[in-house]
Amino acid sequence: MAKNADRITELRVEGITKRFPGTLACDAISLRVGEGEALALVGENGAGKTTLMNILMGLYQPDEGKIFINGSPVRFRTPNDAYAAGIGMVHQHFMLVPNMTVAENVALGSAELRGRFRLNLGAARARIRQISERYGLAVLPDAYVWQLSVGEQQRVELVKTLCFGAKFLILDEPTSALTPQETDELIALLSRMTADMPLIFISHKLAEVKALSNKVTILRAGRVAFSGDTADHSSADLAALMTGHEVKLPCNECADGCGETLLAVRDLKVRSDRGHYALDGASLEVRAGEILGLAGVSGNGQRELADALAGLRSAESGSIALAGTELSGLAPRQIIGAGMGYIPEDRQTEGIVPSFSVSENLTLKDFASPRFAAGPFLRLKAADANAAELKKRYDIRCPSTATPAGSLSGGNIQKVILARELARGPKALVAVYPTRGLDMGAEEFIHKRLLELRCEGVAVLLISEELDELMNLSDRIAVIYKGRILATIPAQEATRARLGALMAGLREEEGATA
Amino acid sequence: MNLLLVLQNILAIGVPFSVALLLAALGEMFNQRAGVFNLGCEGIMAMGAFLGFLPSFLLKGGALAPWAPAIGIACAALAGVLLGLLFGLVTVSFRAPQGIAGIGLQMLGWGTAGTLSRHFVGGVTGIPGIDAWPIPGLSKIPFLGPILFSMTPFGYFGFLMVPISWYVLFKTPWGLKVRAVGTHPRAADTMGTNVARTRYQALMLGGAMAGLAGAYLSLAQAKMFADDIVAGRGFIAVALVYFGRWHPLYILGGSLLFSIAQSFQLAIQVLGIDFPYEFAVMLPYVLVILVLAFAKNSRLRGPAELGKPYNREKRV
Repeated sequence: MAKNADRITELRVEGITKRFPGTLACDAISLRVGEGEALALVGENGAGKTTLMNILMGLYQPDEGKIFINGSPVRFRTPNDAYAAGIGMVHQHFMLVPNMTVAENVALGSAELRGRFRLNLGAARARIRQISERYGLAVLPDAYVWQLSVGEQQRVELVKTLCFGAKFLILDEPTSALTPQETDELIALLSRMTADMPLIFISHKLAEVKALSNKVTILRAGRVAFSGDTADHSSADLAALMTGHEVKLPCNECADGCGETLLAVRDLKVRSDRGHYALDGASLEVRAGEILGLAGVSGNGQRELADALAGLRSAESGSIALAGTELSGLAPRQIIGAGMGYIPEDRQTEGIVPSFSVSENLTLKDFASPRFAAGPFLRLKAADANAAELKKRYDIRCPSTATPAGSLSGGNIQKVILARELARGPKALVAVYPTRGLDMGAEEFIHKRLLELRCEGVAVLLISEELDELMNLSDRIAVIYKGRILATIPAQEATRARLGALMAGLREEEGATA
Repeated sequence: MNLLLVLQNILAIGVPFSVALLLAALGEMFNQRAGVFNLGCEGIMAMGAFLGFLPSFLLKGGALAPWAPAIGIACAALAGVLLGLLFGLVTVSFRAPQGIAGIGLQMLGWGTAGTLSRHFVGGVTGIPGIDAWPIPGLSKIPFLGPILFSMTPFGYFGFLMVPISWYVLFKTPWGLKVRAVGTHPRAADTMGTNVARTRYQALMLGGAMAGLAGAYLSLAQAKMFADDIVAGRGFIAVALVYFGRWHPLYILGGSLLFSIAQSFQLAIQVLGIDFPYEFAVMLPYVLVILVLAFAKNSRLRGPAELGKPYNREKRV
């Protein structure tokens, strides 16, 4: 093994194949990363990127294929082997034990840092300080992980990996949970680090790929679809290679054809889980055939608003009216019956029942209707026929409609939810962060559907943090801050700077903090 | 000062009651901290009680008789280790549901101990067992002396295990691994901790301690063996781990609370206080249920992955 080499000058992967029950996650993938290089690994959800990286980390065993470091073959049976060879990975879902301190987490992974019989955290602390000074990564060794923000945890994850002596870095969607500023800082840091060690960087965001990488490999359906130099290709080229067709994120270009108000929220007050007013007298209106974007830094009442609209959280006061029907105080069942569609924030736990099949998930809101039930019996054939049709219409990629929905990729899960909600013909749709964490192909698909819905005269409330998404799709944009709607402006008049200021709580008339 | 004497009596009887619970619960705490919920504690205790008793019974009157209790203790601990291994095989390697496997282990231990006892021993027979070892000087301290310093070796060991367990859990590399595999096994795995091995180790340690708890019952507390000798203490120990928030100190508190309530209940009967004894007998159990019902359900410090088998190759 190349354990003792000072640097990793080349990592090469040849013909890696990995099968999971029902899917071929990696199909004869080969790639190469050399000294000073940053390889961007891009591809849609489910293209096999994470599986490949887990193989490189010794977490999964490949069915076929070989890995070479500095030209000599290596085999990783456990993550320990990969660490010993100098490979460090920053996982998309942080691999940190939340009820332990940062130093304890570092000590956990390194026998030499923790002592044999007595836990010696001093060495771990010293190493953390040394690494954080060297790379300018501020980290508190004695903070508990659960107390840290997502951005801080990301830093801890990186510091931890470096403390273990990584000579080659793998980063799995490192920016997916970060704010724009945190993302910029991370990209700058990683560019500095490529001088010291090569890295593989998984991302959906082509802007980041362009900014950081000098080589790019595109995976599609478990195969290498393209490999080349980043500088030779534009973002649009890469997007086309990634999805297999040209990507043009659609814009809301139709004329203002809005009808009467369909969804009206008045002076809504809702308490958060912690007991304070997360929504403190919020009012907004969505008209038929309109997309109202709701911008705001997350945690300003968006979750509570969405919950209240879906009937999952009761309102203290105020009203919610859908086409004249008062919804506040009604049960979710009745709200669904009134014509409300809902795309929840957490698609895995709120949008689907992961262990249910795709077909069952598609009928979750209607299983008791005569269409899918005959008295107390389910009409399974009707459900399957419905699923087969929606699978085709919404391009849901799954081995069969009997597959458990939880095993699908994020984009396909979102398509299942979208299909279920839209096929019911809602009067209004609440979409909460509908494209968060999705690749460009899925994002494009969802944007198109939302715009179609608008043309059909549905009132759409789009809650998002992505300013581009809001400005592209919305007719009007409302900004939520501390549980109140600070302003509502037409989308044509919205700029990033103006929205950013409003999201930070600056009122326009007075220019002072609200 | 009659009341003081009654109190001293209640404590002097109650504190030794807590030893079996304390040993078993501290062992179970290691299991649960590592993410494995061992409901079979009761069965391991039954085997420990029988094997602790057996050498004393077989060697009675022989030349080796003075060594019999020590042999019994070793056998009980070893049996606990082996049953812990068995439980690990079923729940860690084969990833069987832990609750069901635990019920199986409970019945296995209880049934085996009872059957072997009927075969080798027959009826209920007394043994010399292990007596209290009063510590010279300290045991003469008024009030506290007879309570704290004239216990059996098991008692001293049990109370000593409280700080030892705390140190092992929070101040050693092994304890760090145990806490990590119970909270975020995948993270521990990616950092090079062998999840299965750590869980096996915790199960063996927990098994040994449950075996010792059983041996305490037959060798020191009852000085005989009967197949219902454990009488639900293994399950109480599991409940005490929850009650004690997976922390040795709180587990000590829980064990003492329960045992003193039990001793209090006996006192009510002995002193002939006019109170229906059926209710008095219920008291400690009701207390545990009440405390569990009102205890804050915070998993923040506990093992988040408790009860879930770990499979590295499972997709997340």
